[in-house]
Amino acid sequence: MARGRGELALERGIELLIRLCGVSAILFVFGIFFFVFREGAGLLWSGRFSILEFFGSIEWYPTSQSRVRYGALALITGTFSVTVLAMLLAVPFGIGTAIYLSEFCGARRKETLKIVVELLAAIPSVVWGFIGLTIMNSLIIRLFGAPIGLNVLNGAMLLALMSVPIIVSIGEDALKAVPDGYREAALALGATRWQLVYRVLLPAARNGLLAAVLLGVGRAVGETMAVLMATGHSIRMPTSLLDPVRTLTATIAAELGEAPVGSDHYQVLFLVGVLLFTITFIVNMCAVRIVRGKRGRG
Amino acid sequence: MVAASEKAKRIEVADLRLSYGGREVVRGISFDVYANEILAIIGPAQSGKSSLLRALNRTLDFVPGAMVRGTIQIDGEDIARVRDVEALRRRVGMVAPLPVGLPLTVYDNVAFAPRMSGVRKRAEVDEIVERCLRRAALWDEVKDRLDLLGTRLSGGQQQRLTIARALSHDPEILCLDEFSIAIDPVTTMRIEDVLRELRSQLTILLVTNLTQQARRLSDRTMFLLEGEIIEIDRTDIVFSDKPANRMTYEYVHGVFG
Repeated sequence: MARGRGELALERGIELLIRLCGVSAILFVFGIFFFVFREGAGLLWSGRFSILEFFGSIEWYPTSQSRVRYGALALITGTFSVTVLAMLLAVPFGIGTAIYLSEFCGARRKETLKIVVELLAAIPSVVWGFIGLTIMNSLIIRLFGAPIGLNVLNGAMLLALMSVPIIVSIGEDALKAVPDGYREAALALGATRWQLVYRVLLPAARNGLLAAVLLGVGRAVGETMAVLMATGHSIRMPTSLLDPVRTLTATIAAELGEAPVGSDHYQVLFLVGVLLFTITFIVNMCAVRIVRGKRGRG
Repeated sequence: MVAASEKAKRIEVADLRLSYGGREVVRGISFDVYANEILAIIGPAQSGKSSLLRALNRTLDFVPGAMVRGTIQIDGEDIARVRDVEALRRRVGMVAPLPVGLPLTVYDNVAFAPRMSGVRKRAEVDEIVERCLRRAALWDEVKDRLDLLGTRLSGGQQQRLTIARALSHDPEILCLDEFSIAIDPVTTMRIEDVLRELRSQLTILLVTNLTQQARRLSDRTMFLLEGEIIEIDRTDIVFSDKPANRMTYEYVHGVFG
């Protein structure tokens, strides 16, 4: 059956369109990186900025009259401490819920639970911030006797609650994608359902589960409004879970509006943006490496 | 049936009915399987063959809406009343139509069931893995690459790997569900040789769409059609010019199905 010339041209056109879509994703990523970097790059070569100070000092005084200092160490530590604690809380709960939904619960309960989990994902981050500011704040003061409830723990709990829905839905998809043949084979070999989960399903769904966790991490690192409202927003190195911190994202959000366009302060905030971008990039690269490395072993 | 009935009964099925959400796929069948025989189960698609096997190791439990009525006894024990279902499943080896290599190495695939049942000593596991791979006629081909992923083997090797795996928990009964559907004739012949040798140690249920395979391998043949037994008898009688039922003759001679 010969195809018409028009049909062939259409085929080519669609192919081109799809290729454009694919290439544009890469272009956008590089484009964003380029423009963010360009806004901040001027300061790098100006002599008024030291990389050592940026990464090594906790003194962040971008608007000081006497001596301006751009030490971002406390902000980096703030972001890391809140993210790590949030993941410690969210990963076990998220993966656990995903396993329960995919393997142990009945169809009807699963539908209900999925709706509830998705509802959790639909809450705007400013509402989470408000919950942190009011409910969590007084709860932490009462439970731990902390002088103020706006701290690492508060922010981490909010971020955990915000990333759990992502981890659950991606994780459940990953488990669902494991062929039923694996389940049947393992059960036919006399595995109990728990043995099936940790010996077969978790290894088989490893890549998807890792992706779920990383998307959770991405959500936590990038989240701004909730941590701005709930972590206390004070620049210092935390020594306990009950210390207030400030994160990289919150700093950009709080200060960019007041920094004159093109000023040193404005530029350093874009450098903070580049740093955030680099962190997520490294996290993703590590994940890809881990996944490939494990595969290559076989 | 005279010769066969002298042997011990390994499986006794009485008035078995299987249904999925009200749709009956096995309609009240009764038959016995004797120790150390190969019983072939033939019949066109949708005749309830695979469901029957899944009822036998109670993996049908996991299918939503599946209902089992009637009784299946293995060595005189009603399997519906078995408490330790995992132990029951280990007594029945199961080989699926398409080789399902668990996402594990060759070694770990075979070691899976022994480890699940609590065998921990490395030497003991080593011994089981080698013995089972030898029994499945795969050892010589994989002994130098036991840590290769099972899924990297060729189709025929993978199917023998699943047979080795099904033997790894020392079952009394081995069920094969159309094992040759995805492999070449040469490998099929090799596996058939393996099964002939295993007959002395095991009872084998062979579900197959290939009537000639049933004829080559089995001692007795059961013809299932739409969930009912049309005929069960010695294989040479089922495949003769005068089986008890006209439909059997037509099916095995390719008139329909």
